[in-house]
Amino acid sequence: MGETYIARSTAIAARMIGGEMMIMSAVDSTFFTLNQVGTLIWQSADGKTPLSEIVTKRICQDFDVTPEEAQRDAGQFVTELSQHGILLV
Amino acid sequence: MSLLVEMNEKALALGIPLSVHLDLTYRCNERCIHCYLDHDDHGEMNTAEIEDVLTQLAEASVFFLTFSGGEVLLRHDFFHLVEYARRRLFNLKIKTNGVMIGNKEAQRLRELGVEQVQISVYSHRPEVHDAITKLPGSLKRTVAAIRRLKLHGLKVTIANVLMTANSFDNAGVIALANELGAFYTVDPTITPKIDGGLSPLALRIPGHELHRVFRDPQLVPNVEEFCAPPPEPGEDVMDGYPCSAGHTACYISPYGDVFPCVQFPLPTGNVRRQKFLDIWRRSPQMADVRSIRTKDLVTCSSCAHAGTCTRCPGLAYLEGNMRGPSTADCEKSVQRTGIPAAAMAVRAAARPPALVQIQALA
Repeated sequence: MGETYIARSTAIAARMIGGEMMIMSAVDSTFFTLNQVGTLIWQSADGKTPLSEIVTKRICQDFDVTPEEAQRDAGQFVTELSQHGILLV
Repeated sequence: MSLLVEMNEKALALGIPLSVHLDLTYRCNERCIHCYLDHDDHGEMNTAEIEDVLTQLAEASVFFLTFSGGEVLLRHDFFHLVEYARRRLFNLKIKTNGVMIGNKEAQRLRELGVEQVQISVYSHRPEVHDAITKLPGSLKRTVAAIRRLKLHGLKVTIANVLMTANSFDNAGVIALANELGAFYTVDPTITPKIDGGLSPLALRIPGHELHRVFRDPQLVPNVEEFCAPPPEPGEDVMDGYPCSAGHTACYISPYGDVFPCVQFPLPTGNVRRQKFLDIWRRSPQMADVRSIRTKDLVTCSSCAHAGTCTRCPGLAYLEGNMRGPSTADCEKSVQRTGIPAAAMAVRAAARPPALVQIQALA
């Protein structure tokens, strides 16, 4: 299976407030806050780094989670944010 | 608790200016009769200065940014500044009269991801609206702009300021908003001029008109609740602060002056001379505003409406004391509930006795 690449959408408003990423979609005004792991994925979404690499080299390094669990959670997270136009896949 | 409320509470706890209202210019192509501004250009910030302010605001964690004026589209660099702000991921709201918004402008605003456009409409009747803006044909152009913005998928809010000249037209404006697919807000607040001049106040709608507005089910979802007598204010209310001005919000003028709010023109610093965060965190005037608590208010702390009044510290400041009453808000509370306001009793007691008195013969 091919790699998944993710990039931050520009059709959003976003700020880090108190360690949490606050994001509002400019498409439908849906509002999200991202926890630490979500913020890490968000900040790593440069369009060039595969999601699998973000998971293994950033999330698994910094958090106590198995690669399989991290990969699954990251996949769900990316799917949800992309449905609101916040992440581009 | 909603995420937005949570965000606001976090910002308050951390001392973060979550919302900033930035007026890009006081120049305007209308001359609304109730306007509080001086429309001459006394040296507004140039492009580079505003870019620097926007960069500082982003670094200060400002999330909600409003561009307003005057008429913002009179700035030759308007779309450049919108793009600059959006690249820094502000949630951007624009306030405009719409008169200069053609298809190209509407499309560009959509492409740049502007969250919302707010446009003032004073009446559904052109003769009334145009008499208020003093720009013939302005209602037609404003409505055309709203249609274009909606066509391009933008969220539009119609702001309907009520004054003596249009106080019976709110139903017509609501119908117009519904037809255009726009949101609708109403506000009977008329403020003094930003330099303290009181001439606009003659346009405030009289008490009996406020009474009617507050009981209009088209404007007030739950009239019974809204007009109920105020409950006894608890300790949490007395320890509370009046509004977000100076706490999670502030205002910046086209000349770089930082005020707690556009309606609270207390100078706290100027971004042409100081860094924004320096003003926000260290201005003695800002600290003074932040220290205001309901329990410390002269007169209002003993008022029956202490917990429910819409008391604006800015309007109180313009009346001479930011810890004092705001006459306009006293009137609103009384007309809303029928319960007297403490400040009105104080004013009545302070009036000198009549020069001529009539007494019955013994």
